[in-house]
Amino acid sequence: MEKERLCQIYRTMKKIRLFEKKAGQLFAEGKIPGFIHVSIGQESVATGVCMQLRQDDYVLTSHRGHGHMIAKGADSRPMMAEIFGKADGYCQGRGGSMHIADSDIGVLGANGIVGGGIPISNGAAFSAQYRGTDQVAVCFFGDGASNQGTFHESLNLAALWRLPVIFVCENNRWAEFTSQEDSACIEDISMRARGYGVPGETVDGLDVFSVMTAAGEAIKRARAGEGPTLLEVKTYRWHGHYEGDPQKYRRAEELERARSHDPIEFFRSHVLKEKLLEEKDMEKIEEEVERELDEAVAYAEKSPVPEFDKEPEKVYA
Amino acid sequence: MAVTRYMEALNQALVSEMERDPSVFIAGEDVASGGVFAVTQGILEKFGGKRIRNTPISESALIGLGIGAALTGLRPVVEIMFMDFMACCMDQIVNQAAKMKYMFGGKMSVPMVVRTPAGAGLGAGPQHSQCLEVLFAHIPGLKVVMPSTPYDAKGLMISSIRDDNPVLFVENKMLYRVKGEVPEESYAIPIGKADVKRTGKDITIVATSHMVGTALKAAAELEKEGVDAEIIDPRTISPLDKGAILESVEKTGRLLVVHEAVRNFGFGAEVAAIVSEEGFDFLDAPIMRIGAPFMPVPFSKPAEDRYIPSVGEIVSGVKRTLNV
Repeated sequence: MEKERLCQIYRTMKKIRLFEKKAGQLFAEGKIPGFIHVSIGQESVATGVCMQLRQDDYVLTSHRGHGHMIAKGADSRPMMAEIFGKADGYCQGRGGSMHIADSDIGVLGANGIVGGGIPISNGAAFSAQYRGTDQVAVCFFGDGASNQGTFHESLNLAALWRLPVIFVCENNRWAEFTSQEDSACIEDISMRARGYGVPGETVDGLDVFSVMTAAGEAIKRARAGEGPTLLEVKTYRWHGHYEGDPQKYRRAEELERARSHDPIEFFRSHVLKEKLLEEKDMEKIEEEVERELDEAVAYAEKSPVPEFDKEPEKVYA
Repeated sequence: MAVTRYMEALNQALVSEMERDPSVFIAGEDVASGGVFAVTQGILEKFGGKRIRNTPISESALIGLGIGAALTGLRPVVEIMFMDFMACCMDQIVNQAAKMKYMFGGKMSVPMVVRTPAGAGLGAGPQHSQCLEVLFAHIPGLKVVMPSTPYDAKGLMISSIRDDNPVLFVENKMLYRVKGEVPEESYAIPIGKADVKRTGKDITIVATSHMVGTALKAAAELEKEGVDAEIIDPRTISPLDKGAILESVEKTGRLLVVHEAVRNFGFGAEVAAIVSEEGFDFLDAPIMRIGAPFMPVPFSKPAEDRYIPSVGEIVSGVKRTLNV
């Protein structure tokens, strides 16, 4: 892989982590209203999949969607401003963290409803098929969403119509406060693909390269008209369901074990060992990302709050 | 002008929009086979399987399909086979389609029509006969259209397909075979504009969908007794042409609202509230509402007949309001 592409992988994963860290800190300081769900520990999924997408491909994401926005090419400034609820945010402060979107980069929406985006990704994929383009749609959702009816309805329809869609199940082991073991009787969610006549694969999210490989194959099949794939990435949610979650439901050892399997550290040691990148390459990226995010926070803080008076007029097209 | 059935008028609207705009497609359960009420008959033969698609019985997947397609440049017309089944896809309609324009900052819109047959009268029982339009009229971001004549059905379907918002298009099953004059050419009726179906001076009857015909029959009875009723058909309940209602009540001084849906928390309550707030001084008598009783639609034919608001109920309601 070219050095430039490796740098892009590192930059994206690092940007997601630092964005989430900053968002978490700002939330704790009371600067971000409502509640936020961060994806620390899961950076390889958004990065590995979106590295294989084009700008005109579609992405639908979940309530834990900051990483997918960043990986699809979002500008950190309107992203941060949106999370702050400010007028310069991607959605002018009307959506916030759980409902962030930008059609210019193909993100058709994060979603406050677990499993809510899955049927919509079929629609975007159908649209590409109907218009005769080779665009694909990717839907990111968690293990929890795989127990929603929308998941099952959508996999069946996508298989039937051979829609160019990749269902990416980001299995972080926890559906809000309930473990995967307490939510379903299966270990690998990808096995559900067989029930719908769809290829299903499980990959280890520790290694961004294996995510990229699996996503690349699924995307290639989708572009070639060979239909959908269910790609399950085993990962782990380092933080609580939401920032400030006391997490009484999980044991500390479990979290410790997960933290020792850090996808960013894994990438770092791999590229150093293989002499693909040098320390200084990555340090430079870290500095640039830090600077970019500091600017994003300053931008968000400076941005005005939206005026309510005209808001009721903005509901209809 | 050709005399055409309501269902054929809808079919004409679908065909003319599909001819005009290649981004229009139809999806739904059994639609390519013509649909259970035959509204989409002949469309598969005319346009081929790309433009009209049968889906599995998966209402959430169906509405989601429409939303995703609408967000990315298409104009879907999806059919929910019976309005009762809308309950299976409420999230996609209420939390997704309705909110996207606003929630995502105005850059995206969902130009989708959801067609659905509603209402009692076919002996279809409690889960295939409801009128649930107010559930959707209560949701900002949706438009709710419910034409009462073949002419209005065609013109409003054309406008609904061209509209950039999600539109719920409610077709009362008892209207499908009703005949009326319909121009062969394409025409659009603006969404949000009421129609005076009968002019009169003694009382305003605001009636929706199938109840417009029932109200017209009641008005004919009342005429024999010297009562001249004006009938306003809002045609779309969201947005609602409240100006037309207030203007009529200003003239007549009396108001009766009639709809097939249950009376409680209904469209009648909304109209009564608007007139109380904005036209109280016009009123010479209390406002009256007529709707179905607060119960599921019964299966047994005599019971179902009693359930649906009748000509007699409207006549006696009007008399009570007029104190005659």
